Amino acid sequence: MKVGYFPGCSLVGSAREFNESLQAVSRLIKLDLVEIPDWNCCGASSGHAADHLLSLALPARILALAEKTGLRDLLVPCSACYNRLITTVYELQANPRLKSEVRELIELDLKLDVRVRNVLEVLKEAMEADGSSRIAKPFAHRVACYYGCLLVRPPKVVQFDRPEDPTSMDELMQAIGAEPLDWAFKVECCGAGMTLARTELVAKLCARILDDAVARGAETLITACPMCHANLDMRRGDIEKAAGRTFTIPVMYVTQAIGLALGLGPKELGLHRHMVDCGPLLAAATQSSTVNLQS
Amino acid sequence: MSTHSSTVHNSLGEQIYQSTGQSVACCYQCGKCSAGCPLASETDYPPNQILRLLQFGDSTLDEKALRSLTIWQCLTCQTCSARCPQEVDLPKIMDFLRQESWRQGRAHPKARNIIAFHRSFLGSIRMTGRMFELGMIMDYKRRSLNFLQDLLLAPKLLFRGKLHFLPHRIDGAKQVRRLFDATARKRGRTE
Repeated sequence: MKVGYFPGCSLVGSAREFNESLQAVSRLIKLDLVEIPDWNCCGASSGHAADHLLSLALPARILALAEKTGLRDLLVPCSACYNRLITTVYELQANPRLKSEVRELIELDLKLDVRVRNVLEVLKEAMEADGSSRIAKPFAHRVACYYGCLLVRPPKVVQFDRPEDPTSMDELMQAIGAEPLDWAFKVECCGAGMTLARTELVAKLCARILDDAVARGAETLITACPMCHANLDMRRGDIEKAAGRTFTIPVMYVTQAIGLALGLGPKELGLHRHMVDCGPLLAAATQSSTVNLQS
Repeated sequence: MSTHSSTVHNSLGEQIYQSTGQSVACCYQCGKCSAGCPLASETDYPPNQILRLLQFGDSTLDEKALRSLTIWQCLTCQTCSARCPQEVDLPKIMDFLRQESWRQGRAHPKARNIIAFHRSFLGSIRMTGRMFELGMIMDYKRRSLNFLQDLLLAPKLLFRGKLHFLPHRIDGAKQVRRLFDATARKRGRTE
């Protein structure tokens, strides 16, 4: 399976382990990622607050460059970028006048014929298409699948999964031997782009999410969004201060969990880059598999 | 599509309808948006009350909406619009209110840092075509004067290879800059 690939700014910066683990998993499941040449930032958290036209033009330039590759599908792993790109397609398809205005701004031809895809749907398709990928080491953990906002909302724009109780990530986790839990914060907001300007609010929202995941017995959270990951992992100190308690539960990218199950090493998957240590979780896994072998 | 009635000429509600196609008159105040809003308890007006302010077409109430903290603290998580029985696209209305509040210099004083963040974020893209995290954070500190924030976090991020020292300038950086400037000019023209 061959798709266009728009990593976005986070994946080449603070969320580089999402990129590393996605690339490593893709090689194993024969998913060919063709990076869009000379891509720009989609404007994510700020563009739409400042200027409507700008918030459409920045993603439109990426879409136009993606069209040039001739590939029908464009994989956008970051949920925020995914949401901006798919919203741009939706709004410009519905409004030809706006579309021609944007085309003039980006100085490129724009057909709007690429399909913007998120990482969950592409991984599922690629793993199914590639029958040879074997689960080398089942990811036998109780996991809380955290989708966040932007993968499932607005429903009529993204048209992906169920907006209130999505299951696609749970199914992926089940396929690698994990036990996805029923919990209440699957699609609650982590505070996203407010992480710098209103850290205390983000900490409060994240504390609620971690609190429920831990109360349900989750060993790790699984996410597909670099902003969710940054807030839940990098902001752990602020979260603990807000909650008045400690949380040891790690937060992993969906691609890292899949990578481990396919037999990749923690280092290849960038697990050492997390603020919250995944070590105890991995040690528990090794222990239980040893037990299984002995029994 | 939305039925558009009872908005007063030249009111904010009317401008919202003209520019976004969203009618504030569609809302019948069930309060579902506020029930699901993760920040409803942290703002000056819960989301349904922002719509209520706009429904009268009264300039004093319009002003309250424009000067509210709610419009800046809205996370655009889209929970409200996903659940609205009338399919009011509230995040779109919030975007419009933010843009107007910012353009007219009427933003809530507590929104200062949020606006500083947006300026730093967009300034970074305008410069190189991509968002350069370290540069954006430094610029934000300069604007918000929060020099001590996250000082202990930075070395941990560096150690984990998560912060880059140099920005990546894309080939189309000039094109991106032209795009920024053109949209800014257009914004000025429609004022």
